Amino acid sequence: MTVVYDNVGDAAGDGTVPVRRITFTVNGRKKAAEVEPRLLLSHLIRRGLGLTGTHMGCDTTNCGACTVQVDGRPVKSCTMLAVQVDGREITTVEGLAMKGAGEVGGVLHPLQEGFKEEHGLQCGFCTPGMMMAAKALLDENPDPTEEEVRWALSGNLCRCTGYQNIVKSVLWAAAKLRAEAAG
Amino acid sequence: MYPSRFRYEAPRSLDEAIGLLHDGGDDAKVLAGGQSLVPLMKLRFATPELIVDINNLPGLDYHRADSDGALHVGALCRHADLERSTLLQGTQPTMAAAAPLIADPIVRNRGTLVGSLCHADPQGDWASVMLALGGVVVAQGPQGRRAIPVRDFVTGPFQNVLYPDEIAVEAVIPPAQGTRAGGYLKLERRVGDFATVGVAVAVERSGDTVTRAGIALTGVGGSTIGATAAAEALVGQPLTSESIGRAADLAAEAARPRTDHRGSAEYKRHMVSTFVTRLLSRVAPTQPPAEAPAEGKAA
Repeated sequence: MTVVYDNVGDAAGDGTVPVRRITFTVNGRKKAAEVEPRLLLSHLIRRGLGLTGTHMGCDTTNCGACTVQVDGRPVKSCTMLAVQVDGREITTVEGLAMKGAGEVGGVLHPLQEGFKEEHGLQCGFCTPGMMMAAKALLDENPDPTEEEVRWALSGNLCRCTGYQNIVKSVLWAAAKLRAEAAG
Repeated sequence: MYPSRFRYEAPRSLDEAIGLLHDGGDDAKVLAGGQSLVPLMKLRFATPELIVDINNLPGLDYHRADSDGALHVGALCRHADLERSTLLQGTQPTMAAAAPLIADPIVRNRGTLVGSLCHADPQGDWASVMLALGGVVVAQGPQGRRAIPVRDFVTGPFQNVLYPDEIAVEAVIPPAQGTRAGGYLKLERRVGDFATVGVAVAVERSGDTVTRAGIALTGVGGSTIGATAAAEALVGQPLTSESIGRAADLAAEAARPRTDHRGSAEYKRHMVSTFVTRLLSRVAPTQPPAEAPAEGKAA
């Protein structure tokens, strides 16, 4: 993976740009990268890995559009350094639909289906973050109440104010996942 | 937004981390949850030359009760761990009420209680909770460990008494003198905002008699305010509507609110009194007349 550092000034060429080599797993696939410590996780994902499903909204830890899972817990990837995922496992929105181990692009995850069925997105910008936050909720609590869904998504903002259908979408997905689990 | 350039170290032991901080001097900064530090670095309000990431240090993600009832919260215990803690729900009502009200659910997965105390934001919720509970911060440096009461720990907005080569390794809440009761109420415009008004109440009782009380206020002054006179007015007697009313008045007097975009000074002062009344009434032996349901949670 190549990362180009912009505007390095005097640090260019004299080796003073500190670069660290990290290894990590993204959506089941092992990766290695050389990153400058100040590179944000969101930029590693979008620019370095080309996984542009993770969106940058506010860039100030408010909106949650950049939410991904690190070791199974949702985090705001604009508020974590890329070097911090060394040895860790990342799941992005692309990892919801998997063809097989390490290969994205299979059938839609019930959450993605739910957002489609219940019109859970309008402009779609917040959607990846909403789904990743919802995924963590459903992993922990397969049968949440509406209140619990709202609580779990309260760190994610939708500028279209489409919350009603987002909540419905998550409940739809929860029901589908429960039905699948029951066989 | 990018932080300015810095050197990054991720030590594997506490001694190594302290050594790095010692060599880094004033320009080094400890990174735990990073939910305040990283935004500040992105805005270039903080421009450390060295970041010592303590997330790989083993054995700091605990929260546990001692045999004597003291609660220890490690430097890498996340807000979310405390929010889900059955230990807190059973034994620490003020902390259990505050944990779900810190920032938002996703930030709570990274942010830490000890980090919040160190960050010393004058509007931080945990500082009030710890002040009400008489909490202590344990710091470790090259000279060993020392315990610093939370009331002496913060010296000003975003300033604490730690030396540059010290790491806050845990927060300790001393054992209760009797049974604990209390809660935390936070008025916020939306999830993740700072408190318009926050009130932490902690009482310890032997039978019905209050043996120790702590009341602390968030968002109504230039720093966290310990309403000591209000708390002292509760000690040595059962909670009654009279003692609760007196504490509420004294707490409102202790507040130093300013009118801003979150509300008028008068409104904030009134909310302090209302929150103190609500929190204490819920745990009083004979419930005074019920009030309208409040925001947040109390136990």
